[in-house]
Amino acid sequence: MDNPGQAAILQGMTVKTDILIVGGGLNGPCLAIALASAGISSVVIDALPSEARDADTFDGRSYALALASVRMLRALGLWEGLSDNAQPMLEIKASDGRAGEGPAPFFLHFDHAEIEEGPMGHMLEDRFLRQALLARMEAEPLITHMPGARVVHQSTEGPATVTLETGEVLTGRLLVGADGRRSGVAERAGIKRQGWDYGQTALVCSLAHEKPHHGIAHQFFMPAGPLAILPLPGNRSSIVWSETTARATEIEALDDAAYLDVLRPRFGDFLGQISLAGKRFSYPLNLTIAEKFVDTRLALIGDAAHGVHPIAGQGLNLGLRDVAALAEVLVDARRRGEDFAAFDVLERYQGWRRFDTASLSAATDLFNRLFSNDNPLLRLGRDLGMGAVNAMPALRRRFIREAAGLEGDVPRLMQGRTL
Amino acid sequence: MNSATNTVDDAEIAKFEAMAAEWWDPKGKFAPLHMMNPVRLDYITAQIAAEYGRDLTREAPFAGLRILDIGCGGGLLSEPMARLGARVVGADAAARNIPVAQVHAEHSGLEIDYRHTTAEAMAEAGEQFDVVLNMEVVEHVADPLAYLTACRQLLKPGGLMICSTINRNAKSFAMAIVGAEYVMRWLPKGTHDWQKFITPEELFKLIEGAGLDPVDRKGFVFNPIAWSWRVSDRDLSVNYVTASVKR
Repeated sequence: MDNPGQAAILQGMTVKTDILIVGGGLNGPCLAIALASAGISSVVIDALPSEARDADTFDGRSYALALASVRMLRALGLWEGLSDNAQPMLEIKASDGRAGEGPAPFFLHFDHAEIEEGPMGHMLEDRFLRQALLARMEAEPLITHMPGARVVHQSTEGPATVTLETGEVLTGRLLVGADGRRSGVAERAGIKRQGWDYGQTALVCSLAHEKPHHGIAHQFFMPAGPLAILPLPGNRSSIVWSETTARATEIEALDDAAYLDVLRPRFGDFLGQISLAGKRFSYPLNLTIAEKFVDTRLALIGDAAHGVHPIAGQGLNLGLRDVAALAEVLVDARRRGEDFAAFDVLERYQGWRRFDTASLSAATDLFNRLFSNDNPLLRLGRDLGMGAVNAMPALRRRFIREAAGLEGDVPRLMQGRTL
Repeated sequence: MNSATNTVDDAEIAKFEAMAAEWWDPKGKFAPLHMMNPVRLDYITAQIAAEYGRDLTREAPFAGLRILDIGCGGGLLSEPMARLGARVVGADAAARNIPVAQVHAEHSGLEIDYRHTTAEAMAEAGEQFDVVLNMEVVEHVADPLAYLTACRQLLKPGGLMICSTINRNAKSFAMAIVGAEYVMRWLPKGTHDWQKFITPEELFKLIEGAGLDPVDRKGFVFNPIAWSWRVSDRDLSVNYVTASVKR
């Protein structure tokens, strides 16, 4: 037992740490790892048991990591073990399309050669990222990972404390909610959320295909919603496909063969024969934003703060940006001798992140409303718009840098620097 | 409560706690100090780390250093120095600040030696420090040269003094007095006497006259659009800070 925190738990003592992180998905462990790199201890409380996190078969889920996110994983020493399994995205082609038709003549084309930093992003399967985070948490003496632990009570009067279902009490200086869009941490703190439902559902799966994808990502804007085809290693691609929720429910009920029959005309035949390469998933598309990201000795990150429409694959990237910003604010405060859980310190994190989040949510929302529409005038307008963006190199370059996470007030970790 | 004395003490402590809450409320009466505190601390910690070869990424980087915070108020600088591992004496000429700072330090779990005294009295008593923090004080004293001479006496050989104050020009009058006291109401009217403000040239002369070597100077600049302070290499037009060493 090389982890003193775990030894203390076995003795039935109250566990003390710097930061209590509720949520063991991706953002919670990433925050713990970032903080540990600067000497700050944490406990990661995960409602799911470890077995649910470290399955090593591919379940079909994957992430489009923006360049800034890749840099952050590299700065945290996680990327070396991941890069062999990641697929660089060398180009992004966006176009208007309708089932059964070819793509519209005006293509929006983003090429990584237009930014000097290299590929604008990488595709990475969920299993590899989860395994890397778990392994690192177990190896890091400053992190206590508590899988299968459910929080029943919390308090941030005085120190931050959480009480687990087992009756165990954990104490820290700051409580972080990384527990998703139905955040229990936010709810127990009485933080309200605002939300919009799009009446759309994203269908997600992975496909094996006959022909190589050459590292090109495609986004087709269909009347019902966008269809993204994102390259995975080998002749495989990840598909994110939006439909109205009513239609998606029907499609979800189909068997695999019938599911592919629905997908095939939307997909086209440019990658040859297709077959399923993992499980099928579906996610109702809604947008939720917490009315505030911080409270007394409490901060929210990732979907607990803002669940965005995954149309541009920005959910995880936004979450990692929260992690990078919060870790930087806390570490800087500690190095100048401030009480890093003081409210004015936490407000620096909120001020930094609320602006980015609000602008991205609004842009994603607008983008989706504009493109999920079969109005012929809008269709012509957006075709011309795409052509226009394409014709203006400066504007196109700006779009690419934005998508790569290189615009705005970029946290140190996302510049690839250590904390 | 079983004795009158205890009741009185409790009432006193409650009063001090209320005053400490006021000192430490980032949106309260001392909001301008709180807003400025991160840049002040960035400057102070970087100068101390450079002078004593300390690594700020380590735990308790200031361990072994004895630091004096003159005009400590509620302890806005004393507490961070103590958290970084220094042994801190906080001195304030206003008696009412001492129990207030003590109560807050106790809540923060920090051990700080707060005293109702002056730099001159401590120098007289032969106290010695590695670092003297002399922030926003010099513009309030009657005889700056005598005061800075006392600061020098308080330093061990090779010791570091950090001194910040407000420049004297039309801009500082507009910002510090009209802006901060009358328009923004950040500070009580009459906090500052513009006649007593000191230009950087005057301050360097005073510091040298007191027997210290100025080694660095920077401006603290408020950006009203970002609503935050930053350290500037060149803009010393309003708030500025100097580091000097006792050779």
